[in-house]
Amino acid sequence: MIKRNTILKNIKKVSLIAFSSIALISCSDDDDAPEEQNEEEVITTVIVKLTPQGGGTAVTLTSKDDDGADGPNAPVISVESLAANTTYNGTITLLNETESPAEDITLEVEEEDDEHQFFYTVSGSISGTDYTDMDEDGNPVGITFTLSTGDAGNATLGVTLRHEPKKPNDGSLADAGGSTDVDQTFSLEVE
Amino acid sequence: MRYTLTILCIIVCQSFVFSQDCSNILLGEVIDFHDKEPLADAIIQVRGNKKQVYSDEFGKFTLKNLCNGIIELEISHPECSTRFVTVEIYGNTHKKITLEHHLEELNEVKVTGSTIKETNSAQEKTIKTEELERFGSNNLGDALKQINGVSSLNTGSNIVKPIIQGLGGSRVLILNNGTRMQDMEWGAEHAPNIDINAANKVTVVKGAAALKYGGDAIGGIILLDQNRIPKKDTIYGKTLINGVSNGRGGNISTELTKAYENGFYIKGQASYKKLGDAEAPNYILSNTGVSQFGASIDFGKLGFESGWSTHYSYFDTNIGILSASHIGNVDDLITAINSDEPSKISDFTYNIKEPRQHVKHHLGKLKYYKRFEGLGKLNLQYDIQQNHRFEYDIRVGDDKGKASLDLKLTTQTLAADINIDAFEKQKFSFGILGRYQENFPNPETGVRRLIPDYEKVDFGVFATTEYKFSDATTLDAGIRYDYSKIDAQKFYITSRWEERGYDEDYSDIVVSDRGTQLLVNPKFNYHNFSASAGLKHRFSNENQFRFNYSLAQRAPNPAELFSDGLHHSAARIELGDLRIKSETSHRISASLGKNSYTWGYEIEPYLNLIKDFILIEPTGIEFSLRGAFPVWEYRQTNASLLGVDASIFNNWTNNWRTDHKFSIVKGKDKTKNEALINIPSARLQNQITFTKQEWNNFNISLQSEYVFKQNEYIDNIMVYSPQQDQEVELDINTPPSAYHLLKLDSEIKLNLKNSKALTVGLGITNLLNTEYRDYLNRQRYFTDDLGRSFTLRLKLNY
Repeated sequence: MIKRNTILKNIKKVSLIAFSSIALISCSDDDDAPEEQNEEEVITTVIVKLTPQGGGTAVTLTSKDDDGADGPNAPVISVESLAANTTYNGTITLLNETESPAEDITLEVEEEDDEHQFFYTVSGSISGTDYTDMDEDGNPVGITFTLSTGDAGNATLGVTLRHEPKKPNDGSLADAGGSTDVDQTFSLEVE
Repeated sequence: MRYTLTILCIIVCQSFVFSQDCSNILLGEVIDFHDKEPLADAIIQVRGNKKQVYSDEFGKFTLKNLCNGIIELEISHPECSTRFVTVEIYGNTHKKITLEHHLEELNEVKVTGSTIKETNSAQEKTIKTEELERFGSNNLGDALKQINGVSSLNTGSNIVKPIIQGLGGSRVLILNNGTRMQDMEWGAEHAPNIDINAANKVTVVKGAAALKYGGDAIGGIILLDQNRIPKKDTIYGKTLINGVSNGRGGNISTELTKAYENGFYIKGQASYKKLGDAEAPNYILSNTGVSQFGASIDFGKLGFESGWSTHYSYFDTNIGILSASHIGNVDDLITAINSDEPSKISDFTYNIKEPRQHVKHHLGKLKYYKRFEGLGKLNLQYDIQQNHRFEYDIRVGDDKGKASLDLKLTTQTLAADINIDAFEKQKFSFGILGRYQENFPNPETGVRRLIPDYEKVDFGVFATTEYKFSDATTLDAGIRYDYSKIDAQKFYITSRWEERGYDEDYSDIVVSDRGTQLLVNPKFNYHNFSASAGLKHRFSNENQFRFNYSLAQRAPNPAELFSDGLHHSAARIELGDLRIKSETSHRISASLGKNSYTWGYEIEPYLNLIKDFILIEPTGIEFSLRGAFPVWEYRQTNASLLGVDASIFNNWTNNWRTDHKFSIVKGKDKTKNEALINIPSARLQNQITFTKQEWNNFNISLQSEYVFKQNEYIDNIMVYSPQQDQEVELDINTPPSAYHLLKLDSEIKLNLKNSKALTVGLGITNLLNTEYRDYLNRQRYFTDDLGRSFTLRLKLNY
């Protein structure tokens, strides 16, 4: 009986200590809203501008992905037709339009042009492309290029930007390796 | 063993002078007063003469040739206080003697027949110091694979997450010196932030039976502990050096303990590891180096009535992630899967570049205990941890060298428990716990936060009991309740919010609309119940049977709830779901085993039925300007895991021993009636060991490990490849082929003067330089696993 009383007394003592120690945990409630985060260095827009070498109206191909790589929506592509048997001077521009004014990512590529290269893959009525720019080591970059068309018909132009490709390479994506920053294909008509 | 002791006893008894009717036998049994475990090696001395015997590993002893009448016995044991007992001998007599096993806090662990178990009826195994030391230059996960049924989910060779019977991540709790690690275990490429060199003993409890530590251990619990510190004036320590050929580096680890007669002690420990690029059999694995530093300090005063201890540890690791695994989009992934070699192979270097991880973990703990006479022992513990994780990706321009992920997780826990061990047949344990956790994702990264800002509060209570039903049978039971509340603030891209259908189900938690993004404030409460019941039965022929049933519930972790975008380091889009609720596991397990000097075996079957099992698997692709990315979505299903871990050993002679282990687990998605993703392959291990004490404790062992091909897996997915302009099969689920590895390990121990000892060991892993890939290595798409490696170990005990 005496033993039982001591046990009870001790249980009381122990639970008192236990509960009071738990009560010490108090939660500070700072509900300040975290600051909004916009993805930096995100590319929302790819613009390919093709100007006929003999003069004439420039043709613009764009691909725009407002919700970026994190968002579920696929890029919206808009194209215009090219003229048959014509050579165009091409330039490519990459923009981050989540920022205002829009940030020109092409400048960053230019700055580190030895670590980047654009690749153009063509099919159908586009006969080919050629690089018209070089990095400091004399290897192509592809911010500017020429594009020539053949006879009228359907065509595709694929644009790929690789970061840290093997340089120099044989011009194929497989040989170049590296990781892909941009990969878009434009389907268009040559009239 | 028992017979040798009996014989020993007979020999001892020969020295006796016999009187006429004195042929009675006293059969005695020495058991621990608190847990009723048998106490081996107790010394039983008959007062008034020189008769002395020892108890065997079952606590039993025999005194022969006794006369009728009263004798007095003095029973002493290295871990207990000495007791005097009077026994009335009348014919052959049986007597049970209990000893107070109280000095456990004060003495070094003696190597006795039975180690103290964490649970009564669960499947559990312990790796002791000597075995752990062989893995000094590896990771915790590598060492744990020595335990049958434990495998790992790897990202390369330096990120090793333990998997217990097919389950890992948040389903496995890690208790580091009694503190539950809070180190963002939700990520598949987040390894435990633990320095294996700081632990002296690691125990794995399979399943959720150890309720004291948490109710959500659906996979199991890993407990890392330190050796007990003796209560005497002493100073001792050890230093270990490992040189590793694969990675061309190694590690150094040292510890020193000073203890005093009055119970005061102080212990310091530190280790440093540096490895360069690892090598597969045919090429260098570029950017796979690691540098790691760990240090800890402990001090306190351990007394019989009460005591306190303080612990602080710091862990810092910088891990390179294979360059070739940094890919841009699904076409890069297809190219990587189809090529035999990684796309980037550079010359060997110690430099660690992006992509890489850098994690710092601080852990501080205060513990106090007090023993109440006639009741039991009260423990109070407060701990605080901070886990700071940086992940660096390859970035350009101004962001070059800036972390893409910067998360700081701070956790504080206050816990109290009491063990009531004053009753003869029954033990009770009650506990209560409160925890507060805060996650801060640094916005400076310039990358959308993968895991949001959140605050989390946990509260838990438990009660467990053990009842000694008979000498051979012990029953156990326990219940636990856990409450947790998570309060997060997260930005969702509006289009994602709508795509997930949250605009319909969760419109009330939107705080503000910032145009393209929404700030939302999800607050979720979870009430989880867990329970466990089981029995342990000892048969007379050294066989032991254990049976356990456990109910466990686990609340979803932040990744399962909140992931919502491109995970750069994995080049995949990961989508959590706010609707995910707790998962519930019912697990039954049994084990039948024998552990005698000559041979032993253990068969451990189990069935784990998990309702609302949370898993992530590839479901399709999404397009962006970077091309197409595979989408991995979390979902819930009803799952079952059925498996068995079986092992057997035999000591053929005093020098030769063989060990054989086999483990298999079958995972099934019962709702979709298909295989579960990422279930470890069946594994067969055979080992032969030669030991020769006379040659400076020489031992050498050859281990063969055969890993079967996982032939139960989910279908690959079809994706559109922009590069190939067609639908192609994305081969991300097909498991690699079976493989066989050989491992050699050899060691000698030289005893030097003044009880110092030098141990020299040589280990060779992947002896035949086999090319292989493992199903549960996330880098299997890109590269072969590690090639041959030599490790030279030096250990000095002083």
